Amino acid sequence: MAVLLTKKARVVVQGITGHQGQFHTRAMRDFGTKVVAGVTPGKAGSKIEGVPVFDRVRDAVLKRKANASILFVPAPYVKDAAVEAIEAGVKLVVIITERIPFHDCLDFIPYARSKGVTVIGPNCPGIASPGQGKMGIIPNLIFKEGDTGVISRSGTLTYEIVYAMSQAGFGQSTCVGIGGDPINGTNMVEALTLFQKDRKTRRIVLVGEIGGTAEEEAADFIKKRVTKPVVAYVAGRTAPPGKRMGHAGAIIQGGRGTAESKTKAFADAGVPVAQYPGEVATLLAAT
Amino acid sequence: MKFLEHKAKEIFARYEIPVPRGVLASRPEDVVDPPLPCMVKAQVLVGGRGKAGGIRPAETLEETREVAAQILGMDIHGYRVKQVYLEERLHIRKELYLGLTIDRSAREPLLMATAMGGIDVEEVPREDLLMEHIPAMVGLQPYVVRSLLRGLALDRDIGEQVAAVVRRAYDLFRKEDAELVEINPLVVTDEGHVVAGDAKLVVDDNAEYRHPEYAGLDQDRTPLEQEAHDKGIVFIQLDGDIGVIANGAGLTMATLDALNLKGGRGGVFLDLGGTDDPEKVKQAFELLIKAHPSVILVNIFGGITKADTVATGVKQALEEMHATIPVVARIKGVNEAAAKEILRSIGSQAAETIEDAAELAVKLKSGGP
Repeated sequence: MAVLLTKKARVVVQGITGHQGQFHTRAMRDFGTKVVAGVTPGKAGSKIEGVPVFDRVRDAVLKRKANASILFVPAPYVKDAAVEAIEAGVKLVVIITERIPFHDCLDFIPYARSKGVTVIGPNCPGIASPGQGKMGIIPNLIFKEGDTGVISRSGTLTYEIVYAMSQAGFGQSTCVGIGGDPINGTNMVEALTLFQKDRKTRRIVLVGEIGGTAEEEAADFIKKRVTKPVVAYVAGRTAPPGKRMGHAGAIIQGGRGTAESKTKAFADAGVPVAQYPGEVATLLAAT
Repeated sequence: MKFLEHKAKEIFARYEIPVPRGVLASRPEDVVDPPLPCMVKAQVLVGGRGKAGGIRPAETLEETREVAAQILGMDIHGYRVKQVYLEERLHIRKELYLGLTIDRSAREPLLMATAMGGIDVEEVPREDLLMEHIPAMVGLQPYVVRSLLRGLALDRDIGEQVAAVVRRAYDLFRKEDAELVEINPLVVTDEGHVVAGDAKLVVDDNAEYRHPEYAGLDQDRTPLEQEAHDKGIVFIQLDGDIGVIANGAGLTMATLDALNLKGGRGGVFLDLGGTDDPEKVKQAFELLIKAHPSVILVNIFGGITKADTVATGVKQALEEMHATIPVVARIKGVNEAAAKEILRSIGSQAAETIEDAAELAVKLKSGGP
């Protein structure tokens, strides 16, 4: 098994006719994902990479039995697209788009949760379960099927760490990019809960960064509830306070959200923290 | 987007949050008819200006000009004062605090208030800080305001005025895409009025497109950072001397951290994000060169951003600007081989891992191989 995404997923790509949507539809299929439909308003009847395109998510659900959606939609239209997917009955919504106003997320993320819909992202590289499927943009080649779960707030840093893990023989059960925004659909603790329950996952890698208190909350949760070994990496130990380091959520404010605080919280929870991204693989070997 | 006090108060006034009368001045001779007696307040995008001497009283027109002349041009925590706001002096009976921000974990707006206004909210004991979550989906319900007023223990008339401020501030918070609305102090005057003594407003940068009226406001950026922002490039100047260019915020931070562990310091943080346009890479690299780094460290994990696209942009920028800055490149992922070849052709040094790249960059900077 894996978490969140298995072979049962029938994926609709919202924004399939755009450059990104098209490119990643192909990559996701190459990874073994069942991409069953695309949606771009006004483009119904066309096909992208052999995938039928509809005007509405509802049509993708009715005609192609889509049950999961991935959004490659420009930021101003994400709220609309996400609510459309939720109302159409999709149970998993992955949002790759970055730079979404967070007030939009304050509206549609709690709404999705109230409807029992899982949201991953926004501003994330998506999820991949090697051998099962991928809803996201992480390069296919770096994965290796295995029993380590990965949770990350970052994009390319996740590639870096997954690559190092695969090279060292630590394959992945599922890799979840939860996103770099202050508000995310699925947070670190929720992702940890899933991996703790998952029978295939035997150890967990957490990739955090400065800003907020997600890592501190995760450390606290690990202490109380997680029995599987966890190793971590935290980016931004040299980031100056008050500067937003590329991600909307990566900012030290009022002395909170520092890498020191996060590293200390992990250490207190018995979670070893790598100094360099590649060192995660070395730490895994010691678990 | 951060707002200076006078601009924030202008927006507050639009939402009918009471603010004191005030006028703005950039030069002492512009001070003509201040609301006397007044407070002369430095307009800077940084906290702690009161303690730094940036807020002072004045009684007469002459004194106001004198004080304005002293405050204008002052350096407050690295920010030069270009404007002063001359504001009617309030007769303070009581100072409250009111703030609206987001609680990331709860995924909801958070309303904070305390009767201990006027001091830094970080210094208010936790038990004296009233906190109420507001589910954005349903909005601000009356019980939240009731609960807040109960905690603040105010007279009925004052309470009603504070309740109105809370409702209007929440309205502003949502409609203006704010990440922070803070009124500290929220003053209760001797005359029994509730007035925003100070105003702090930060609006979500990602919502800029919904608020074109705020474009062009002076922001907390260096000239190069401003140029980058206008071009849509994530570029942050730091106090070291090694320029770091990478794709993705996390990877860029990790590269800076690695430099630090090897004894170096990053001078520029340049995140290429998910671009795959050689022209954009070239523009970004030109900005980096303008910051005069001693060494440039390129760290790319190709995905959407193909490694050879970056290499091509780097090569073009170096050649066109006739720059002779040493380059260390660490390339992985999509089109890795082609990228390495291009970078080798311009004499850059290659490294396999982030650690090695960081070590090499630090060596080159101190005149090593």
